[in-house]
Amino acid sequence: MATKVFMEALSPTMEEGRLVKWLKNEGDAVKSGDVLAEVETDKAVMELAARGAGVLRKRLVNEGEAVPVGTLVGVIASAGEDISALVGAPKTGDGRSKTEDAGSKMEDGRSKAPAAPAPAPAAPPSSISPSSIAVPPSSRSLSSPLAKRLASESGLDLASVAGSGPGGRIIKRDIEAALATGSAGGDRPSSSIFHPTSSIDFEDLPLSLIRKTIARRLAESIGPIPTFYLTAEFDLERASEMRAAMAAMGDDYKVSFNDIILKATATALAQHPEVNAHWLGDHIRLHHRVHLGMAVATDDGLIVPVIFDADKKRMSEIAIESKMLAKKARERKLTPAEYTGSTFSVSNLGMMQIEQFTAIINPPECGILAIGAIEDKPVVAADGSTQIRKRLRVTMSCDHRAIDGAVGARFLQTLRRMIENPLMLVY
Amino acid sequence: MPLITYRDALNQALREEMHKDDRVFLMGEEVGVYNGAYKVSKGLLEEFGEMRVVDTPITELGFAGVGVGAAMVGLRPIVEFMTWNFALLALDQVVNAAAKMLYMSGGQFNMPIVFRGPNGAALQLSAQHSQSWESWLAHIPGLKVVAPGTPYDAKGLLKSAIRDDNPVIVLEGEMLYNIKGEVPDEEYLIPLGKAELKREGDHCSIITSGKMVLVAMQAADQLAKEGIKIDVVDLRTIRPMDVDAITTSVKKTNRAVVLEEGWEICGIGAQIVDYIQRDCFDHLDAPVIRVHQADTPMPYAKALERAAKPDLPKTIAAVKKVMYIEA
Repeated sequence: MATKVFMEALSPTMEEGRLVKWLKNEGDAVKSGDVLAEVETDKAVMELAARGAGVLRKRLVNEGEAVPVGTLVGVIASAGEDISALVGAPKTGDGRSKTEDAGSKMEDGRSKAPAAPAPAPAAPPSSISPSSIAVPPSSRSLSSPLAKRLASESGLDLASVAGSGPGGRIIKRDIEAALATGSAGGDRPSSSIFHPTSSIDFEDLPLSLIRKTIARRLAESIGPIPTFYLTAEFDLERASEMRAAMAAMGDDYKVSFNDIILKATATALAQHPEVNAHWLGDHIRLHHRVHLGMAVATDDGLIVPVIFDADKKRMSEIAIESKMLAKKARERKLTPAEYTGSTFSVSNLGMMQIEQFTAIINPPECGILAIGAIEDKPVVAADGSTQIRKRLRVTMSCDHRAIDGAVGARFLQTLRRMIENPLMLVY
Repeated sequence: MPLITYRDALNQALREEMHKDDRVFLMGEEVGVYNGAYKVSKGLLEEFGEMRVVDTPITELGFAGVGVGAAMVGLRPIVEFMTWNFALLALDQVVNAAAKMLYMSGGQFNMPIVFRGPNGAALQLSAQHSQSWESWLAHIPGLKVVAPGTPYDAKGLLKSAIRDDNPVIVLEGEMLYNIKGEVPDEEYLIPLGKAELKREGDHCSIITSGKMVLVAMQAADQLAKEGIKIDVVDLRTIRPMDVDAITTSVKKTNRAVVLEEGWEICGIGAQIVDYIQRDCFDHLDAPVIRVHQADTPMPYAKALERAAKPDLPKTIAAVKKVMYIEA
């Protein structure tokens, strides 16, 4: 029962891997889970683990060689097992010398006429169907039908369970272990957020689907994304004047500070495609259209609906659209098309009197702007006098893989010009 | 309870049924004067005379056809094939006549006939005399197929087969005739179509029949020493198959090894796995593994024959595989 060792997709975008170093020699005993080799993916050097036990009989790829995902790189089998069918015909030299040996051993001395290459051996007859054992490389998480059913019956999220079967398959014992250690909520999620429990020391909140998605997405973000932060304080006196002047013209012209910030951000992004970008693992995509995500808090958690082509929309359109999206978000009526496809995002906690904060990037976006509260602050003016002015602190989180400090800073300079001189927005 | 051989259990079944019903008669090659190639019919010629224990020429198609005709006119023939390998010659009568007579006569003719003989490999009888035909025979609508694995089952199933009004195939085994087991003195029958749970355990099911029942029991014994408890489901009847017994066991253990004597492709095991995937999909914790004969004509060489046959080590390895236990 040989186990084929494949080059596995060790990152979601990996198409080939370079075998950096073999950690096991041919002939070494291995057990399932042992690290066989180090493999350089498109992102990092990862470990290639054994999916079966036995002896590493054959290494089929040399150190330093790059091969596509799915390539057979080695064979694990028991010591005496015939693996010739798995590793292909023996090299010419070996084959010939074996044939000659066989010929010379023939007792009647008849030379074997022009040593015709032996036909490739058919798959060795096995009484146990190998097809049920082979483990194809797959990035999909595997689980037995029984494990799936048990998980669903106990309200366990399979994503939170580590599989101990072949190829990482989640099987019954893994579900039982997870339930025994209480690593995941045992109750089915209900519509109520709070579960009254008899304990006064704690209460358990089930994870809503959106909360799970937030956890997964944000963990994805804070983990691999090398983020740095740029904070700037903008003067909002003129924006405030503009807003008051518009409101004076009637309710139809009322815009919020948030609408002004969204419009300014979108306009600035159109001038800075280097921050209006997606990090896609092996390349950066600069977007020519500005689809602005706006974070909205709901009872369930955060969701980021998108104002598409925000730079091309008038402030009044943005005002109407952002209001509509926020309402739909709170009512949980957003369609997937309305909350996917953003190229850059804005998160505003100003209305909750947060002076400044840092927001977590929503990948594959490369930046997000955190908007603080607008506050009256004493400011030293150019003439040395002290004035009380409306001020706003914004902090931009930048994915350093795509955005360098100066690039982010230049974007914030543009944004400052827009917000501090709101007439720029109609320029 | 007396301990008797599988051979004697069959002999008892024949004798009892011939006493009970004078329409029952036995025919085949060397069943009379020679007492049967494997002595299953020992003493029957003496006891019942040559009208009811008939030595035939070496003409499988011919005497199978005589049997079919006899059954049509009201007798209850038992046709012995020296082995099922020779019965290939008679398959036209078995498949085209016996299996279809009730259907094609619009219900006018019952076909109370038994075709019996040893099936599968013995030792070094080579490619033409070592074949397991259960999947061929069980493939045919109109036939019933039984494969007893113990003396007790052999007697009870053969008696039921003789009393059944349909053609019943009884698959015996050369390597089984000498095995001993407890068989009660009092009369009993084993219903056709009912499996038996020969061993209870909740870790893994082994589903099997005929000669492989012994292997499954040995595997269960050995695995028990390692704390692995096996449900051994002995089908006893291959057609009609006791699907409930299979699925009940698999739903309990969540794992199954299907052990059969014959070849892999289109084997009985394939059908069993199909029942399992249909009825037990959400209960499976591992893919079902089949243990079977290697996909080659049976080799004559001793070592190769051993390598080709399903056996105890292969069965144990398969159980460990479905239990995710690394060897």
